[in-house]
Amino acid sequence: MTIRVIGRHIREGFKNLIRNGWMTFASVSAVAITLLILGVSLVVALNAQQLSRYVAGQLEINVFLDPKLTDAQGQQVAQEVRRLPGVESVQFISKEKGLAQLQRDIGSDYNDVLGELSAKNPLPVQLVVKATDPRQTLAVGEEIRSLPGVHQVNDGKSFVDKLFAFLDAVRNIGLVFVAALIVTAMFLISNTIKITIFARRREIEIMKLVGATNWFIRWPFIWEGILIGAIGTMIPYGIIVYAYQSLFDRAGGVFFALAFPLMPTAEVAVRVGEVLFTVGLFIGIWGGVMSVRRFLRV
Amino acid sequence: MIEMHDVWKEYPNGTVALSGISVKVKKGEFIYVVGPSGAGKSTFIKLMYREERPTKGHIFVNGFNIERLKDRKVPYLRRNIGVVFQDFKLLHKLTAYENVAFALEVLSVPQRQIRRRVRDVLEWVGLGDKADMLPSQLSGGEQQRIAVARALVNNPAVIIADEPTGNLDPDTSWGIMKLFQRINDRGTTIVMATHNKDIVNTMRKRVIAIENGRIVRDEPRGTYGYDD
Ligand SMILES: Nc1ncnc2c1ncn2[C@@H]1O[C@H](COP(=O)(O)OP(=O)(O)O)[C@@H](O)[C@H]1O
Ligand SMILES: [Mg+2]
Repeated sequence: MTIRVIGRHIREGFKNLIRNGWMTFASVSAVAITLLILGVSLVVALNAQQLSRYVAGQLEINVFLDPKLTDAQGQQVAQEVRRLPGVESVQFISKEKGLAQLQRDIGSDYNDVLGELSAKNPLPVQLVVKATDPRQTLAVGEEIRSLPGVHQVNDGKSFVDKLFAFLDAVRNIGLVFVAALIVTAMFLISNTIKITIFARRREIEIMKLVGATNWFIRWPFIWEGILIGAIGTMIPYGIIVYAYQSLFDRAGGVFFALAFPLMPTAEVAVRVGEVLFTVGLFIGIWGGVMSVRRFLRV
Repeated sequence: MIEMHDVWKEYPNGTVALSGISVKVKKGEFIYVVGPSGAGKSTFIKLMYREERPTKGHIFVNGFNIERLKDRKVPYLRRNIGVVFQDFKLLHKLTAYENVAFALEVLSVPQRQIRRRVRDVLEWVGLGDKADMLPSQLSGGEQQRIAVARALVNNPAVIIADEPTGNLDPDTSWGIMKLFQRINDRGTTIVMATHNKDIVNTMRKRVIAIENGRIVRDEPRGTYGYDD
């Protein structure tokens, strides 16, 4: 197939779009709305992922050892923790250092009380543990809990649980919703093309009569689908990137309440673009191929 | 050129349109197919360009074995056959020129060649000065000339016509028949189903008469043989 022939097919595909104005409008809108919802969900999901990575990256497991253990004994426990699978780093905070931190945290007003404490120092040895994979934080916390000499483990379990549950729920609901919309859009496209095929049946008849190949007859209708998919993708894509950019600028790059950094616009544009154009073109091609297979008897 | 051996055609609804047709058409022949309505003339013709497939029997057209011909190869058979109908089958929104050019465009012929060939063939059928007219601005005879030009423009080895003068008055019909004669003079085979008694009896050619799906008569330089 030469460039010239491909050019003709695309031109004919365009003619189909125009000839069939209102149906084209309906199917482009269906694709656009579907992808707008998909795109917005994606932006939210990407930033939620970013948030979870941000939060999880800061999540540490605070392990307090039995207060009766000395620093030396504490070092042994720390060694054991280091050997656990999934542990990235263990920071050792001795009794003395813990006290110094406490002093710094609560300030000079209490120096008297703390001075007395420092003589006996009842604070436990503290370990600050980071998991290699943030999602493994809880599992690692559980492991540490079962070690001898460990008094208390604080792994932010409830927060991480809620965050991941929320993200999963958002994703599942979004997927079901978008899947239903995609089916609707495909149906509309294939119906639109069916109508064009009907409108052009005389031309098709003559093409067959004079010996145009089956694929030559089919291509313009498949292009019609591709074009509907492409136009239906560009509209929501433009809206999303533009809206995100202005939102990003207005917010100064951070998410208001949580003050975590938003994903940069360029990255959002690439990630969302990949998905939207893949899905949009797939919808278009599928709609075109289906109608050609079902309604074009060549 | 065209050969049929014991060809049968039964339509899906059970109508048997052809019952054991055998015929040979040599290159350059001019043949009338006559017979009453419903005899099977159109079906006979449709088998030649694979619009319909035989239920049984063997058909060869211009070296193609119709039986074995795969669906996706049918276009290559049709490029050797020009077809003309009673109702012209023109595209109403296209001019005479565009209607003829359409047949070459869909075969991806280069635009320059299309221009030359379409001009030539329109000239040849006598429509050189009407190239930019729409079918609605032309008479029935002129419209049929466009259709003939379209059938001719790819230089087919055979022209198949199903009652090409069926919608035309006698004078106009004669004009179209002279055109077919000129096509035949160039060496192109012609198979024409017709109900036009005057023409068959005056412009004598081989006549194949079909009744009830059978060939009942096959005469060189024959006559129409029916009263209507
Ligand atoms: N597509 C079809 N389906 C069913 N029956 C058909 C079809 N086309 C033609 N026939 C029948 O086959 C017979 C022959 O028709 P046709 O070939 O059109 O005859 P003719 O052209 O001689 O008038 C007729 O009885 C007609 O009704
Ligand atoms: Mg007929």
